[in-house]
Amino acid sequence: MTTVTETHEDTHEHGMSDAGYIKIAVILALITALEVSTYYVDFGPLFMPALLIMMVVKFVMVVSYFMHLKFDSKMFSFLFYTGLGLALFVYITALATFKFFIA
Amino acid sequence: MADIATHDTDHATDHGHHSSTGLSNNKLAMWLFLGSECLLFGGLISTYMLYRGRVQNGPHPSQIYDIPFTSVSSFVLLMSSLTMVLAVSSAQRKDDSKTNLWLLITGLLGATFVGGQVYEFTTFYREGLGFTTSLFSSSFYSLTGFHGVHVSIGVIMLISLRAIIKKNKITGDKSEVVELIGLYWHFVDVVWIIIFTLVYLIPS
Amino acid sequence: MSTNELTLTPSQSPSLTKDKLIVSPTQTLGVVRRPVNTTGWREWLFTVDHKKLGIMYGTVAFVFFIVGGVEALLIRLQLALPDGRILSADKYNQMFTMHATTMIFLFAMPMAAAFANYFLPLQIGARDVAFPRLNALSFWLFLTGGLILNASWFLGGAADGGWFMYAPNSGPVFSPSNGVDFWILGLQIAGIASLIGSINLIVTVLNMRAPGMTLMKMPVFTWMILVVQFLLVFSLPVITVALVLLMFQRSYGATFFDVSQGADPLLWQHLFWIFGHPEVYVLILPAFGIISEVLPTFSRKPLFGYPFVVFSGASIGLVGFGVWAHHMFASGLGPVSVAVFSMATMAIAIPTGVKIFNWILTMWGGKIWYSAAMKFAIGLVILFTIGGLSGVTHAVAPSDTQQTDTYYIVAHFHYVLFGGMVFGLFSGFYYWWPKVFGKMLNEKLGSWNFWFMVIGMNMAFGPMHILGLQGQPRRMYVWTEARAGEGLFNFGFWNMVSSIGSFVLAVGVLFFIINVIKTTRNPERAPLDPWDARTLEWITTSPPKVHNFDRIPVVHHLDEFFHRKYVEDETTHTMKQVATGEELVRAEEAAADADIHMPGPSYWPLLLSIGMGVLGMGVIYGTPIMVVGALVVLFSSYGWVLEPSVPDAIDFDTPSTDGPTKEIAPVG
Repeated sequence: MTTVTETHEDTHEHGMSDAGYIKIAVILALITALEVSTYYVDFGPLFMPALLIMMVVKFVMVVSYFMHLKFDSKMFSFLFYTGLGLALFVYITALATFKFFIA
Repeated sequence: MADIATHDTDHATDHGHHSSTGLSNNKLAMWLFLGSECLLFGGLISTYMLYRGRVQNGPHPSQIYDIPFTSVSSFVLLMSSLTMVLAVSSAQRKDDSKTNLWLLITGLLGATFVGGQVYEFTTFYREGLGFTTSLFSSSFYSLTGFHGVHVSIGVIMLISLRAIIKKNKITGDKSEVVELIGLYWHFVDVVWIIIFTLVYLIPS
Repeated sequence: MSTNELTLTPSQSPSLTKDKLIVSPTQTLGVVRRPVNTTGWREWLFTVDHKKLGIMYGTVAFVFFIVGGVEALLIRLQLALPDGRILSADKYNQMFTMHATTMIFLFAMPMAAAFANYFLPLQIGARDVAFPRLNALSFWLFLTGGLILNASWFLGGAADGGWFMYAPNSGPVFSPSNGVDFWILGLQIAGIASLIGSINLIVTVLNMRAPGMTLMKMPVFTWMILVVQFLLVFSLPVITVALVLLMFQRSYGATFFDVSQGADPLLWQHLFWIFGHPEVYVLILPAFGIISEVLPTFSRKPLFGYPFVVFSGASIGLVGFGVWAHHMFASGLGPVSVAVFSMATMAIAIPTGVKIFNWILTMWGGKIWYSAAMKFAIGLVILFTIGGLSGVTHAVAPSDTQQTDTYYIVAHFHYVLFGGMVFGLFSGFYYWWPKVFGKMLNEKLGSWNFWFMVIGMNMAFGPMHILGLQGQPRRMYVWTEARAGEGLFNFGFWNMVSSIGSFVLAVGVLFFIINVIKTTRNPERAPLDPWDARTLEWITTSPPKVHNFDRIPVVHHLDEFFHRKYVEDETTHTMKQVATGEELVRAEEAAADADIHMPGPSYWPLLLSIGMGVLGMGVIYGTPIMVVGALVVLFSSYGWVLEPSVPDAIDFDTPSTDGPTKEIAPVG
């Protein structure tokens, strides 16, 4: 991850300044542009992994920085990521029984 | 919604000092709710992933998706997350007018996104993709429709919040209320990040 | 209002009538006054008090218990003899569907909610839950859902696809009546109630424990309820998706379960059982929690292995999310999936076994008091073990392939649900009745209640193991002599025993009802601490005052109440009594807090629930009705948001004028 976490003049309770948020937003926009470029440019075998990784990176960035999860009590992370983890587990397992991941 | 204290309760959620964990009741509740929403959208996404290739009638995904258009509306929603976090930041600085400004912009961006969805749906419908046309269509409309309804509810909450702040009728901690609506809004954005990739960018 | 004294302008001053202060309520939206009644039916209709809500939950749940029980008796009457003519095939399908749906969603879950609502705040030393109005909303939504579900009986027939409602059988082609639609809507609304309730209780446990009560000093009942709420918060959304997809298919023509369009029926099964399996742990864990309080109390010994009981409960919750497809072994999943889920299912027997051992070791060496509550608790340990053993045979996929869809499965789940869950709930009734109502249920009648239920239960469900292995399928409205098998001990014999047993069981329930009526009429008050109990909820009056504790207790031990009464004698190393329960409560009264603000009653939960009900009915009966419902929901939401959760002092509460005891100001 980048070093945007270092920018905080106004900290109050949470760790980022407005400038920091804008930096995050710019990074997210760039990643989105890269995602969209897969529609125009042939990524070859990197197509799927690249898109999935970019999706995860954007997800984690919004959750960690915009939603402050990185700076807040670990309890919130526990509650949210337990839900996310269970969702991933049950639905990937269910899709697996449909042979979804077999080519 | 402060916990019960033995004296004046209006400031009880300030630093959660009345609570066993030191955390705010409302914030814990919101994160729990968002955790449960992962399972809701996960179910709809899984249904879509299972059924996306089952097109007995009507157009196939690759024939109907307009990636450039959807990319623009994705960008709009992403930017609304930025404006939302700026609203939260302003609320924490007790700057009501800036808060209201950013809430308004976020709401407008959200409404733009919803407008884009409505346009997209009506275009698809005209091109032969109705709700009941195929398994693909039913799953697609259910998933993106549910998301769109969540965004719409978010827009209503943003505009209502702005009006309530203006009328000075907020019950509870103002900056916390803005923060909580922000959490909901970001979550809705994060779900779209997943949908944009899995539904639109990765062809079936 | 930041000082202990209330200073009011003359226009705001409450007027004095006789000795009482009368308050005038403020207004929300400039239109609607906040309710302030403290007596009469309005007190119950608009209450947010967790204790009143607990009683309301319990009463409604018990009514549904009787409804579900009558449905069961009709089924047993139909199956008592060959070629039964009590119920047609169609009616039979409705009957078993509604029996299960009612028992699970309208009796078991709300009854657990009744206990949780009443006792969880008391056990952790709190004055209410984190979100009292949401608590009220949960109750009213539950009632709305239950009424919608049962309205189907009178509006064209009830749902008839089994409580698991497999699609495409539950789709519009094979279930054309509105029954399934009512089922979907009733459950959706009740599901929202449970989801909201789960968030409420988790926050309550995390945030509102008395000072000094760490998580590992909480009573086991509270722990089990906490695990249940996590199960609910993460499993309910999955059935929400399933219900939505089915609703879209039935009401709007979507194709999700239309095989001719390429749909896969297993999608429904996965979505349903990903919820459905955690759901069965939702049903049993509260009962486990209750007996984890009862067994130590009536063994005069602390619970054996408290950390193991807690962690095994949490493990059951977590692993419970990974075994759902054991309900689908015969559905064509394929050998790999079946093997994986079979192994996971065997694993989950382990933490349950740990609990059984801990309960037995709790009783071992104790001085057992065979009260009615204790009998039911011991009954649970034995009967649940039997049900668990048959469950282990289901975990072995090859043997399950023979057992599935036969009465052997029906035997299993009735042993764990009736012998387990229901016995646990009845144990709770007898244990906590004095605390809630200030009266003791009659022990002699309790004994009759217990023995009729035990004998009836084993007569009703024991033979089902045999019937299942003899080949009687589930969900068949009739059996014939031709299929009954040879010899004396065939379908005929065992079905008759089972049906007679069901009526013996019903008599047992009747004894309970008689006990309740008799107790209500009996003026004799219960002592404050009749069982020499161990946990915080007993440091209150019976029933507790509206604010629960005159002074929030500071907790130093697990089983805090016990340790305040008994201290270990240094020389003899025995526990010596230093105080009685009564003395402790009087001491708390003497040291009561001066000023306590309790959350005030509210119209919005009730109104919002009515709006949701109308909205739901609109899905069946037309969009204009939906619009009306949605508008009521919207209006109620705004009213709610604009109403402070704790009323302004002028609205409701006044500083005490009559000493340390707190009474809410009566309305003028």
